[in-house]
Amino acid sequence: MPEKFDVIVVGAGPAGTSCAYTCAKNGLKVLLIERGEFPGAKNVMGGILYRKQMEEIIPEFWKEAPLERPVVEQRFWFLDKESMVTTSYKALEWGKEPFNNFTVLRAKFDKWFASKAVEQGAVLINETVVLECIVDDGKVVGVRTDRPDGDVYADVVVLADGVNSLLAKSLGFHKEWKPEEVALTVMEVMKLPKKVINERFNVNDDQGVSVEIFGDSTKGALGTAFLYTNKDSLNIGVGTTLSGMIKKKMKPYELLEYVKEHPMIKPYIEGAETEEYLAHLIPEGGYNSVPKLVGDGVIVTGDAAQLVNAIHREGSNMAMTSGRLAAETIMRAKETEDYSERTLDYYRTAIYDSFIGKDLKKYKDATHVFEEHPQYFEQYIPLMNRAMGTFFTVDGTPKREKQSKIIKSFTGKNGRLGVAKDLYRAWRVVK
Amino acid sequence: MAKTVEEKQYLVRFRCDTKSHLEIKDHNVCMTQCPDKDCTIFCPAEVYKWEGDRMFVGYEGCHECGSCRIGCGFDNIKWEYPKGGHGIVFRLA
Repeated sequence: MPEKFDVIVVGAGPAGTSCAYTCAKNGLKVLLIERGEFPGAKNVMGGILYRKQMEEIIPEFWKEAPLERPVVEQRFWFLDKESMVTTSYKALEWGKEPFNNFTVLRAKFDKWFASKAVEQGAVLINETVVLECIVDDGKVVGVRTDRPDGDVYADVVVLADGVNSLLAKSLGFHKEWKPEEVALTVMEVMKLPKKVINERFNVNDDQGVSVEIFGDSTKGALGTAFLYTNKDSLNIGVGTTLSGMIKKKMKPYELLEYVKEHPMIKPYIEGAETEEYLAHLIPEGGYNSVPKLVGDGVIVTGDAAQLVNAIHREGSNMAMTSGRLAAETIMRAKETEDYSERTLDYYRTAIYDSFIGKDLKKYKDATHVFEEHPQYFEQYIPLMNRAMGTFFTVDGTPKREKQSKIIKSFTGKNGRLGVAKDLYRAWRVVK
Repeated sequence: MAKTVEEKQYLVRFRCDTKSHLEIKDHNVCMTQCPDKDCTIFCPAEVYKWEGDRMFVGYEGCHECGSCRIGCGFDNIKWEYPKGGHGIVFRLA
């Protein structure tokens, strides 16, 4: 008789581990299956972890979790070739409890987080691929792994298998993602002494900075570059929609070199030594790409469910909340021993009632519209730079003349009406 | 400073299986229907290399990102996870 669990969770990333942790803590028998050598070995994130959603799973986790720095300043750079318009917000409050967010290195963090689920009683097995869900009479009853005699059974299987979500796809919950529904991102972790980071970013040991970079960093394609401060290293990366990468025939690693060599960025990473190079897809299809979330005996969470807010670079927090909501749903189902789609549908409702569903809905057309109208990244960011350049260059031209020249430069190509339309369109998708 | 993709890949740890988890479904499709060979451009690990008349798949350096499966305009790449514990092993982010 093969072993049976209350819950099998596939994938020990933030979604899967949150679910496993919450279920185990509440006395359920949980099996957490990870295909990597250890949790985190296959996972990549730019590096920003939000406090709130993590705290809802492990209160005051920052006292023991392996974190890098709490972020006290969020900078935004709008890049042109040799200039940039910048804006930022810095708050010392974010450097103190309860913090806003942290920079983290995922291989370290995920390993620790999974160990906390094990402490609660979850059984973790690494180095195991789930090949398929075992379906009996339309109901998911377990999983088939690549281990010998590798079938295991459970009342509920939670799919937290990440952006590639082979399992949810094989159950027919969604079709293959389209190249415009995913962002291809590459990054490097670059070693740099703590002291140098502190000086360059104007912070102390316990303060971090995040920089989101738009415009020339993606050569006008829809996407962003980023630069985050760890304790004694930097995460630098760049990503665009896969469709953008294909359309512009860009090699991701060459685009990353372009970012690293950019005259506005280079001084920050000067002298830093690359420690690791990583590539990953981010599911950025948003609200309209969210697949079927529940079936009989099965729930889909995190990246596998396209729960990412690309506009606000939120993903792991949504993953954690979805994992927790999946766990709560399973505990409710356990009370009546009913694991049908109808009962588990509580999860779907909970997702759409939470900040996850609301935020995804708010930006449901954003990525799509920016993809269809490349002028925002291609034209307006360079224009913004030229406008500032014109206005602040003192050359004897009266300010009123400069203003009218700037307005003409904005309206010249597309006409006043075109610009008004663009502004209205952008406002509508983010309002 | 790691500048080229070769230098970047050198910094990554791989536990390679002896069997490829990536497979070109029909080599003829690459040859006759796909002039751009986008996979040789967008793959972040330069896994795909067009050599004369055949697509070579260097699965050993694969980051398992999934781009090739989604980005191949001809749905011509069979994509699986490497055997448990094998493939890329990220140490940091």
